Amino acid sequence: MRWSSRLGNALSGFYLTACYVFILLPVAVLILFSFQDGRLPVPPFHGPTLKWYVTAFTNERMMAGLGNSLLVGIGSSALSVILGFLAAYGISRYEFAARRLLQGIIILPLAVSYLLVGMGLLVTLSSLGLGPSLWMVVVGHVVINMPLAFAICLAQLGEHQRKVEWAAKDLGASTFRVLTAVTMPMIAPALIAAFCLCFTLSWDEFIIAFLVTRFDVTLPIVIWTMLRGGLNPQTNAVGSFIFLCSILMLVAVEFLLFRKRRA
Amino acid sequence: MTSHLEVEAINKVYGEVTALDHVSLAVEQGGYVVLLGPSGSGKTTLLSVIGGFTVPTSGRVSIAGRDVTALSPAQRPTTTLFQDYALFPHMSVAGNVGFGLKVRHVSAAEREKRIAAALELVGLAGYGRRGIHEISGGQRQRVALARALVVEPEILLLDEPLGALDLNLRRQMQDELLALQRRTGRSFVHVTHDQEEAMALASLVVVMNKGRIEDQGPPKRIYERPATLFTATFMGESTQIPGRVGEAGLVETAIGALRGTGQQSPGSEVMLIVRPENIRTDANEIDLGPARIREATFQGAHYRVLATSERGAQDFVLRLPPDHAVEPGRALQLSCRPENLVVLSR
Repeated sequence: MRWSSRLGNALSGFYLTACYVFILLPVAVLILFSFQDGRLPVPPFHGPTLKWYVTAFTNERMMAGLGNSLLVGIGSSALSVILGFLAAYGISRYEFAARRLLQGIIILPLAVSYLLVGMGLLVTLSSLGLGPSLWMVVVGHVVINMPLAFAICLAQLGEHQRKVEWAAKDLGASTFRVLTAVTMPMIAPALIAAFCLCFTLSWDEFIIAFLVTRFDVTLPIVIWTMLRGGLNPQTNAVGSFIFLCSILMLVAVEFLLFRKRRA
Repeated sequence: MTSHLEVEAINKVYGEVTALDHVSLAVEQGGYVVLLGPSGSGKTTLLSVIGGFTVPTSGRVSIAGRDVTALSPAQRPTTTLFQDYALFPHMSVAGNVGFGLKVRHVSAAEREKRIAAALELVGLAGYGRRGIHEISGGQRQRVALARALVVEPEILLLDEPLGALDLNLRRQMQDELLALQRRTGRSFVHVTHDQEEAMALASLVVVMNKGRIEDQGPPKRIYERPATLFTATFMGESTQIPGRVGEAGLVETAIGALRGTGQQSPGSEVMLIVRPENIRTDANEIDLGPARIREATFQGAHYRVLATSERGAQDFVLRLPPDHAVEPGRALQLSCRPENLVVLSR
């Protein structure tokens, strides 16, 4: 190998490493100090200990937040996938005027900042005379996640899929039967992947949840409240837990959606 | 008696494009119809209209005496064998074949019996539990056939079913399709762009071009006595001799006045068509004059020979037996029978 290409390889290797360190170091530090045997999650590192995990998982507010987050995550993701799938099916299988326009409108919330979605919801709520509540977080998360589920489903409903659905109709199946017996089983990996992705995004979403809740709050809000009281290894422990959940979900998505396409 | 399948004055317009232009077709019970044409000729659109997947702009489709124009594919007594088979990948072979029975609420025991019979019919007995990904392309096609036939449709529609198969398998499937059609007694409507396939299968060939039916009839008639110039060229190679109809019904051409088969009014511009295998060197009734071999290619059973007329600007395509001398420049005396020289308007 020539020295110049060797140098090139070394440089790009260094650059790549630097990128990953930059991205992952904060997370690594967060996780490391969740095992800190002391009152402050700052160097030097003492430990390791699992006592902050015990504290976190026995903290009532924390556990209430965790329960709420699960509720919002599962509820909003399920709704997003159902609505997104049905919208994608309608858009891809029926010819009608303004189809492209409608598709654009469905995708649009992806480009709107969470802050705007949250503020919009808050304004709408108060004009309707409704108070902030956990249900509104579900609504907010459906608003931001449905377009994503829609896009994932739409990508799966291509020409081959359409032919197979035709075959089912040709054999006498009703549209409902086609959806439940053919379309959904065939794109099940994508549906599950979309669910996981929506759940991941809902799971650590802060701004909308912060704006439209008051007493029943989600886990990110609990953590934020605790952080205002100062640094504490307990928040590191919860943060690490959230990170782990997100990673597991993303691994699931990777396996379901992308492995299949490569095969 | 009305026909089994009747297509009446079907029009299909997509914006500016006319896909089907006043297409009418009548098919007898148990017929094997092949819709033949180049891509964009409207043959697939016509199949899709018969199956109910495409709604015609105007016109009527009736099957077994019943007007089905307004019915969805699910409600029609037709099933389709799709080009890429469109099997359900998440179901077993038996699951695929039984799908149509299941949605018709056929009992499980009855279903099992009919699935087994259908698989037997297509030569896949005992394959029921296999997955779709565990069987070959040819086997998948048989599964698709069994799936379409098990619900006992009045008409089976086949959308270029043999396109994806290699030559040997294609020949074999052609034989099997014919045998299946005879055994089941159902009407088959088959779309293809391959004229050999059409001739091998059809009891009725329907030649389509630019959304119209150019010609329809038994394959032998279509090949030997095509109704139009398009049909003549699409059905295979031929020598085309342009000319004008004279007073006595003879066609005046660059190589002399010839008497062909077919009525054309005097004074009209016509084209004489003769198939390569019908140009002879043994002094038949119609004299095509002397010609010289320009080029010859060996094709196994015969030589394909290009020759140029000595009388005027006219090229011939003909066949010579493998033992014939074919060096370029060699003189031939060409002739043909009057029934093989077809007069067509141009």
